[in-house]
Amino acid sequence: MTSPVLLRAEDLHKDYGRTTALAGASIEVSAGELVAVMGPSGSGKSTLLHCLAGIVRPDRGSIGYGGEELTGCGDARLSALRRSDFGFLFQFAQLVPELSCLENVALPLRLGGRRRRAAEAAAAQWLERLEVADLARQRPGEISGGQAQRVGVARALVTRPKVVFADEPTGALDSLNGERVMGLFARAARDSSAAVVLVTHDARVAAYADREVIVRDGRTRDLAATK
Amino acid sequence: MSLGHTILGLLERQPSHGYDIKRAYDQQFGHDRALPYGQVYATLSRLLKNGLVEVDSVETGEGPERKRYAITSAGVTDVEQWFGRPEPVEPYLQSALYTKVVLALLTGRPAVDVLDTQRAEHLRLMRELTRRKLDGDLADQLVCDHALFHLEADLRWLELTAARLDELAAEVRR
Repeated sequence: MTSPVLLRAEDLHKDYGRTTALAGASIEVSAGELVAVMGPSGSGKSTLLHCLAGIVRPDRGSIGYGGEELTGCGDARLSALRRSDFGFLFQFAQLVPELSCLENVALPLRLGGRRRRAAEAAAAQWLERLEVADLARQRPGEISGGQAQRVGVARALVTRPKVVFADEPTGALDSLNGERVMGLFARAARDSSAAVVLVTHDARVAAYADREVIVRDGRTRDLAATK
Repeated sequence: MSLGHTILGLLERQPSHGYDIKRAYDQQFGHDRALPYGQVYATLSRLLKNGLVEVDSVETGEGPERKRYAITSAGVTDVEQWFGRPEPVEPYLQSALYTKVVLALLTGRPAVDVLDTQRAEHLRLMRELTRRKLDGDLADQLVCDHALFHLEADLRWLELTAARLDELAAEVRR
């Protein structure tokens, strides 16, 4: 199984004031691949994710995505890329409280210019795949954390992104709910051929991935490569 | 795990032939490893010798004769005692991995590589069990979860030890 490399970061460095977050981190993600980024808290794994997703600019190093050098892109290009090619899933679903679950899932499509009816039809299908179709008209305040995270997964995948960036997506859930969300997320991402960069400190969550990269003191260590 | 007690437990439901015991065992506990016939019969003859089961009836017909086994009252008492006893808890104090880490430090080898090699192997198995769990029924899920929680505990130890290697190095070289 050799898919083309979709995202490649080399020798990333990033300091926040006197704190070094990344000190030579490198990672490659192939199309459709699920990679877990693991490491103790403060190791730099979230900073790595933010750099890869074009949210944070590294001080040094390169990030290639589909033939483009992200470190050379302007803010407008980066935010266009985040809308069209990337999906995001955070520890808390971070849904917009004033919108229904259906509208929340449709939102990324609406921001990309899709008409309301088409956007909501696509959103409804994703809610169904995540087994929360019955929540379409509910507001985020009326549903549980596990349900909210399923809606979050639907929102992350609705634009058919090439890469989903997930930062501790089950961190706020109990273990049974976390497992269910992770199982649904991993399956849905595979079904839509999205690559996933999954930041987690939880080995049980990382076990849903195809391989793992470990971050320690701002440096990456690819365990598959140490064999 | 005590195969004798498992067989006694299965026989407590109803008298059965060796073949039926094997089938019930495989269905409930076999998963990817079926119980060999030889082991069923060897265990049954030991239970018979100890008076915990008896031959309830013998069928003769075509082929070899088939014995049907039943649990005795001594067998029932034995199973009850087994249910009442906790399983021995593994103290986990003799760790091959700990020995390896200390020896790596003493011989100037990179101990972190020892930990990472083990970590990769643990995670490989965890991925395999997770895949099996996703495709499996509830019984599969519970069996895999049991293994996954143990592997996770090992991993946490690996992480903790990796974080304290410098301290440990100073201590073992003293």
